[in-house]
Amino acid sequence: MQHPDVILSTRNLSVGYRSGKSVTTILHGLDLTLRRGELVCLLGANGIGKSTLLRTLSGVQAPLSGEVTISGRDMTHYSPKELSRLISIVYTDRTLAGALTVNELVSLGRHPYTGFLGRLDHKDRTIISHSLDAVGMRHKADCHVATLSDGERQKVMIARALAQEAPVIILDEPTAFLDVASRIDTMRQLHSLACEHGKAILLSSHDINCSLSTAGRLWLLRHDRTMSEGVTEDMIMNGELESLFSDNRKVSFDRTAGDFHADTEYLHTVSLDCDDTILRHWITNALHRNKIETGNHNSPINITATSATHITVNGIPATSISQMLDMLHARL
Amino acid sequence: MKSRKAITLWSLAIAIVLLFTACLIFGSVDIPLSGVTDALLGRQTERHTWSVIVIESRLPMACTATLAGAALAVSGLLLQTTFDNPLAGPSILGISAGSSLGVAIVMLALGGTIGTSFGSYFSVLAGALLGAAIIMVTLLAFSSMVKSTAMLLIIGIMISYLASSAISLLNFFSTQEGVHSFVIWGLGNFSGVTLDRLPVFASLTTIAIALSFLMVKPLNALLLGARYAENLGVNIRATRNRLLILSGTLTAVVTAFCGPIGFLGLIVPHIARLALRSSNHIVLLPATALAGAAIALLCTLISVIPSQWGIIPINAITPVIGVPIIIYIILNRKKILYFN
Repeated sequence: MQHPDVILSTRNLSVGYRSGKSVTTILHGLDLTLRRGELVCLLGANGIGKSTLLRTLSGVQAPLSGEVTISGRDMTHYSPKELSRLISIVYTDRTLAGALTVNELVSLGRHPYTGFLGRLDHKDRTIISHSLDAVGMRHKADCHVATLSDGERQKVMIARALAQEAPVIILDEPTAFLDVASRIDTMRQLHSLACEHGKAILLSSHDINCSLSTAGRLWLLRHDRTMSEGVTEDMIMNGELESLFSDNRKVSFDRTAGDFHADTEYLHTVSLDCDDTILRHWITNALHRNKIETGNHNSPINITATSATHITVNGIPATSISQMLDMLHARL
Repeated sequence: MKSRKAITLWSLAIAIVLLFTACLIFGSVDIPLSGVTDALLGRQTERHTWSVIVIESRLPMACTATLAGAALAVSGLLLQTTFDNPLAGPSILGISAGSSLGVAIVMLALGGTIGTSFGSYFSVLAGALLGAAIIMVTLLAFSSMVKSTAMLLIIGIMISYLASSAISLLNFFSTQEGVHSFVIWGLGNFSGVTLDRLPVFASLTTIAIALSFLMVKPLNALLLGARYAENLGVNIRATRNRLLILSGTLTAVVTAFCGPIGFLGLIVPHIARLALRSSNHIVLLPATALAGAAIALLCTLISVIPSQWGIIPINAITPVIGVPIIIYIILNRKKILYFN
């Protein structure tokens, strides 16, 4: 029995390309579910098939086999117009829409509902302004799209998707070109759209850290092209994140930081005494960068730190992390 | 925002009225305004020839310029949006080359001339329409095979080269007289459509322009790119084919009646967008049609000014207006809204 909130699901889905007689399967045997009111992040290495999967789920590309069910019916049974009322998509493509106003661009989201000439009625206008409110872009309604920053533009594209009034919103790397602040802001807004507006939101991302803090569930494409899905924290604790990249990519997942770090071959070991967790974290960071591991007290060098200006190396005081590093370099 | 659009549309309409009137007044024979109004109202003019000149020469020429300008401009706009490319235009897709090839076959291979006889005129017309139709069908066939719009544009350009090469061959093997009338046709002019042929030309162009207005909604969706338009429920291939047929028909009809007129289809949509500061087709399409008519009338007016030498070929004037605009656009790409 399926969860009543499930809006989109797949059964034994294979995605890939068909050209003439040759079939290239990229992912197969996928059984996935997406529910109303949840934000799901699709994680995976470059070229693993994230975009192909998203294209298939959004109905742009036909599945090789298996089925995608949306709102209780096989996706292939919907007309393009019906589908456009069920799924809206946000890409990162540059568009030629610079000379449209924000309002005009968002009103394109009403396309599946308007008549022959696209005339908007009162209801359409209300939905457009609500969509702009939802992403906090109402004040820019009459500005040209060309005058917006990348982050603002992305919000407007999300507003356009909202105006489409589809229960499912699929976004292909929505934060790819954004700075950290806009990235966090966009993710926060997507999260609230899921919680407050009951949208089912599926997005692909390379921003592991941001995804882990915002996504309720993860769809994780392992490096061997198998898929695992689950609640974010379960996935972390089950060690699923570690399977994102193959060993030869030389990165490993840091469960505390919730992000990937470069694998380092340490050349030296020192012992570190420090009770301040923040200070300990950043001294360790500096040591690791210099290929120094922190280990047990048997090591020949012993570092103690009580504050950032009170560090000792084998009893000799240092007044900064920089000085500590100089002293270590002299000894190792 | 609204007022800018209204002001642009109204000033274009006023410009058309003024330029149209100027085209009736100026020409190789000086006719006073009163003479022109008398002729138009069917009253006795001071000299009989005035009435003949105004009604049978200047009026059809001004009407042809208005309609041809609007048709080419609309055709250019449809192609620029369809191909997501600001440099697309009627002359780049091979459609006008197809018309030229059709005319070249009639004039050069079959020995037809641009003569005034009804038969030869219609064989030239049929050649132009048929040539354009063949290219258009080829293009549509490719359109259902290739998905990428950029690739389709390149195929169009290649077809255009093939047509030009066939024309060169025909030129090489034909008589001097044939080459001469083909060259004259190729210079483009709005005076070839006489009063009795005007209704055919007018109804064809008006219908195609009117049908273009029905494409406003998918055209706006295409501004977001094919992928977004698809997600909005637009059937990309069907829409693309309809747009190609419309713009192809507009170009073919104008080329058949007036010869290949360059630049108008390319520059006018840019002028309209720059004036409106908008690419919303609900206003852009009418503004493009009006601006196309106004600029074609302006070219016509310039072409009749050096009265003692007759009419300057239109294709000698359009680049003078067009090239500075294209260069301005290229140099100011970063500042122009619709590129960003």
